[in-house]
Amino acid sequence: MTAESRNPARGLDLASTPASDLKLPGPGSPVLSCRDVSVYYGKFRAVTDVNLSFGANEITAMIGPSGCGKSTVLRSLNRMNDLVPGARVEGLIGYHGVDLYGKDVDVIEVRRRIGMVFQKPNPFPSSIYNNIAYGPRVTGMHVDDMDDLVEQALTRAALWDEVKNKLHKSAFALSGGQQQRLCIARALATNPEVILMDEPCSALDPIATQKIEDLMLDLAREFTIVIVTHNMQQAARVSQRTAFFTTVADEHGERTGRLVEFDTTEKIFSTPSDERTEAYITGRFG
Amino acid sequence: MTTRVNEAGDVSRPSLKASSPRYGEKLIKAFLFVCAGLSVLVTTAIVISLLVPTVDFFTEVSITEFLFGTEWRPGRGTQTSYGVLPIVVGTLNITLIALVVAIPVGLLSAFYLSEYANPRLRKIVKPVLEVLAGIPTVAIGLFALYFLKPFFADLLPWVDLDGLFSQGVAGIAVGLMIVPLVASVAEDAMRAVPPGLREGAYALGATKLRVSLKVVFPAAISGIVAACVLAASRAIGETMVVLIAAGASPKLIGPWEFGESVLTMTAYIGRTATGDIATGTITYKTIFAVGALLFVMTLIMNLISIRLVRRFREVYE
Repeated sequence: MTAESRNPARGLDLASTPASDLKLPGPGSPVLSCRDVSVYYGKFRAVTDVNLSFGANEITAMIGPSGCGKSTVLRSLNRMNDLVPGARVEGLIGYHGVDLYGKDVDVIEVRRRIGMVFQKPNPFPSSIYNNIAYGPRVTGMHVDDMDDLVEQALTRAALWDEVKNKLHKSAFALSGGQQQRLCIARALATNPEVILMDEPCSALDPIATQKIEDLMLDLAREFTIVIVTHNMQQAARVSQRTAFFTTVADEHGERTGRLVEFDTTEKIFSTPSDERTEAYITGRFG
Repeated sequence: MTTRVNEAGDVSRPSLKASSPRYGEKLIKAFLFVCAGLSVLVTTAIVISLLVPTVDFFTEVSITEFLFGTEWRPGRGTQTSYGVLPIVVGTLNITLIALVVAIPVGLLSAFYLSEYANPRLRKIVKPVLEVLAGIPTVAIGLFALYFLKPFFADLLPWVDLDGLFSQGVAGIAVGLMIVPLVASVAEDAMRAVPPGLREGAYALGATKLRVSLKVVFPAAISGIVAACVLAASRAIGETMVVLIAAGASPKLIGPWEFGESVLTMTAYIGRTATGDIATGTITYKTIFAVGALLFVMTLIMNLISIRLVRRFREVYE
């Protein structure tokens, strides 16, 4: 098999092809789209031929058993996989029609527009204030009033009232749920368009989880959100669309992740078209 | 709850007594205690052996003369003077010059190895660095005298490097010697920073340099401070290099006087304790007094470093 035939999407001019002609499942005018995307770690193909797109101001959930490649897809959406030695993306990932892995794409610029929140809260070893100001400072954003920007970001992340009197205290003094909201506020401070969330509640208790979920629903008015979650109820509660991934054996008998079904969350959780999806969401598998 | 009834019909309780006295366990514990106690004992013995002749020394020379005197002419003659300041300053000069070399070079190497180098290169460079740390200091002294000294005489023609010895050259040699130590300890501290922190910064669009300086550096600060203090202790205590390359003239000069020869505390002890001094003489007692002062200096430095490390930990953890 030649690289060309395995990778038909490469060379396609995304900018001049209307999204509807790409025949991708999902919303009409996507912010991000994946066409025949496969991601490799060295020789291991973690996920194969993913086609899906993420709509503006929507929350899209990616669910599936461990090792199905959902986090891998998420991390290739803002090129975090570049940090993993040996990681390689085939196929086309488009951001408003621009090839994210194109030649003159600056990865720093990509991550400024497509922010990320991680599984484990990872505040920087510094004050709450500095955590928020970090992004604008390192990206050289023009900021008139940093205090104001910090307040806004914390307010949007529903954390302001809890921390306004200790902005210059260490971020480590916050609880796990507060730390995660701080990380969300930190991501908001650079004013991205998309926020990627990699199992953002898996290290949190139910009350903190509920706060983050409320926050996500709030933020979806301004941002496009993609969330990877192991918690199916969470996907059902917050997302408009859901992508279900699972692990299958490829033509060489190697395990690889595949997108099984991508549809509105309502459809996925009520009348999924694939029996594997049904088995997973009803808990009979995975 | 069920009650067990034995064959005779008595109600019996389960036995929770040890089935054997476990002497082995007690023996091991006693042995480990003796080992731990031995190191404490030896340290105490060293301190006492330093202190006894020192106390003796101060019956002949006043503490004020020793600590604040500016002339170092120990020995027999009529012109004796026991002002320790010149050799303390010599030690501090060498240490300062060494740190000016070792800390920047060591920390930058650590940054490179931890944040920039690819894993394959790191796997080669790190062990080489650790081998470098094991080069005998005598060899470094010879390197300073026969290579560095003429090298700097050519490189800096405007500096007066006519004499054989120079505090600048000796300090730089000591600095080069402790670069691997700084790099290795600092790199360990940086590697210990959780990868999640780096990812968080990269996800905000930070460049590698920003991640290194603004996230990895503050998160690893306590280890980096430890590396610097360790380097300073090595530099203060270094004997062989300064004995060979720094000369033997006790002088009260600044560290910027590159080409001047100085005598350090360790070099004084090293060149005096050669075996042909008679025990009980004032010279004999002098080397112990200088040794005790050296001990106090490193002790104070270690205490400061422990406090520093603790303070940074409080801020960041």
